[in-house]
Amino acid sequence: MNLAYKTAGQILTVDLNGNFSGYDDEAEKDRLFLAAEKAKAIRVTGNGLEKWDSTLVVILYGLAKIARQENKDFDYSSLPDNLQKLVHLALEVDRKPTRDEKKSYPWLENLGAWGLSVYQSLSRALGFIRQSMVSLFRLLTGTAVMRKIDFLFALEDCSYKAVGIVSLVSFMVGLILAFVGAIQLKTFGAQIYVASLVTIGMTRIMGAIMVGIIMAGRTGASYAATIGTMQVNEEIDALKTMGVPINDFLVLPRLASLVIAMPFLTVLADFMGMLGGAFVGVFMLDISVQEYWKYSEAAINLTNFLVGLFHGLVFGVIIAMCGCYYGVNCGRNADSVGVATTQAVVSSIVIMIVATGIITLIFEVLGI
Amino acid sequence: MSKKEIKIKVDNLTIAYGDFVLMKNVSFEVNKGDIFIIMGSSGGGKSSLLRALTGLVPPAKGDIWIDGIDFTKASPLDRDEIMQRCGILYQSGALFSSMTLAENVALPLQQYTDYSEKLINELVSLKLALVGLSGFEEFYPSEISGGMKKRAGLARALALDPEIVYFDEPSAGLDPISSKLLDDLIIDINRSLGTTIVVVTHELSSIFAIGTNSIFLDAETKGILGRGDPKELLKNPPNEKLLSFLTRGEKGHA
Repeated sequence: MNLAYKTAGQILTVDLNGNFSGYDDEAEKDRLFLAAEKAKAIRVTGNGLEKWDSTLVVILYGLAKIARQENKDFDYSSLPDNLQKLVHLALEVDRKPTRDEKKSYPWLENLGAWGLSVYQSLSRALGFIRQSMVSLFRLLTGTAVMRKIDFLFALEDCSYKAVGIVSLVSFMVGLILAFVGAIQLKTFGAQIYVASLVTIGMTRIMGAIMVGIIMAGRTGASYAATIGTMQVNEEIDALKTMGVPINDFLVLPRLASLVIAMPFLTVLADFMGMLGGAFVGVFMLDISVQEYWKYSEAAINLTNFLVGLFHGLVFGVIIAMCGCYYGVNCGRNADSVGVATTQAVVSSIVIMIVATGIITLIFEVLGI
Repeated sequence: MSKKEIKIKVDNLTIAYGDFVLMKNVSFEVNKGDIFIIMGSSGGGKSSLLRALTGLVPPAKGDIWIDGIDFTKASPLDRDEIMQRCGILYQSGALFSSMTLAENVALPLQQYTDYSEKLINELVSLKLALVGLSGFEEFYPSEISGGMKKRAGLARALALDPEIVYFDEPSAGLDPISSKLLDDLIIDINRSLGTTIVVVTHELSSIFAIGTNSIFLDAETKGILGRGDPKELLKNPPNEKLLSFLTRGEKGHA
């Protein structure tokens, strides 16, 4: 390929010869454009032109733009018709699109804007909670627009389908708890109390927290992604315009199923955690099964057990509300679904931990 | 008259989803430089045929030849090589929402060429200018209209100077003016680049405006009910069903 050009009498003549497929001599092209800027008129001939692709059109488009900007004569009429057509097509629409530029504000205004956005987010979240409560009331009075099948599908998804992962993780947590406890207790010859440690730990809080974390990642994320995708597909708009309360239709089945499933999963987690502890006690600390069971039984306390279940119930509400809230408030593109899912999981876990702190404090004050 | 070069040859193609056969023993040829229309009523398998042509759906039976190479039996490497010579404009534009228009168009160039960043940027600007989106390089898909998204999708489809461009319902969701602009653009690209164009559509105005050759797919018979230049088919319809389709049900019967 040969990009030959010369300037004579302030007219730049570019003669295109040979093959111009994949032309990428940037330095030569820059020199050509410089010469074009200095010339008064530009003429391009292509008698010897054989093959070409878009890299040649880029050169012609560049020359044409220089000619247009500086009002120069640009003659490319001797080029093949299709090449002329392409250059013409590229030049056809020449407008400068505008969009709102990002303005910078003084810090006080930024602080105010931040405060306003926090207020708006909070009021949106509170509005969502209020609407969900209204839906719950409608459910109790039998006037909610909730399809039974949706509720059953949601219940299926968050109940027996979650048994495997909840069992495995809880077993491992019980195992770890027993290991860590045994190291310290062994120094006092009190390894038998591993049974009490694991039982109290799992039933009071650890079982519920583990189920909460698993279900936030598994089910909460799925709620946000499903509802977020419905937002992208305008299904939520359709519900709104049909006058179907979205909290009834989308939130209630998910909230109800998680509230029902979570206490059961917590009981399962408690049991599996204790089983994990027993595994360490029996096989590694040489405690007999009977002895381990005796100490575990003694450590089971109805109050602790119910506190654990209560935590499970609260976590169920938090996970369902976060998943649905971020799903409903999702943007309208693929990225937004990812963001909504992440926000749902992160918020669920943070709120669950904060809620645990608050519940523990309240129970402490109440002496429970 | 010189014999036209065959670009795509579909031979006894059967597409099925499980036990459900969508089309059976369909055969046709697309000549180089044609604007080939795949038309038919909804559910006739137009989009599935396009998915088969682009390798997204494996056919249950039959072959698709592109430039004399059996696309259906080609190795993954050969398929990649063939697909590099094809551009596809999806119904919604299918732009990556997290990327600007320039980044969207640059993606295939970065993937398949060793051009410098500067040349890629110049090519991106050119492709966007060709579809009338000069100056929109830094815009995100969420900031532009549906018609502009389609044009940006077309700029991306044209990035590698493809020999074949597939269009899936290009007029869907566009106002008549945007639809006409896109039709004009398809003709311009076909004439200036000599690109073979395959369009799946049921928009009659587009079919008559751009089509040089066509097939009519029928859901009932699971085959082709008519083939040829759409304007000729309207003059001499081979059956009532096609006449009904081409006249919006005013003549013939479905």
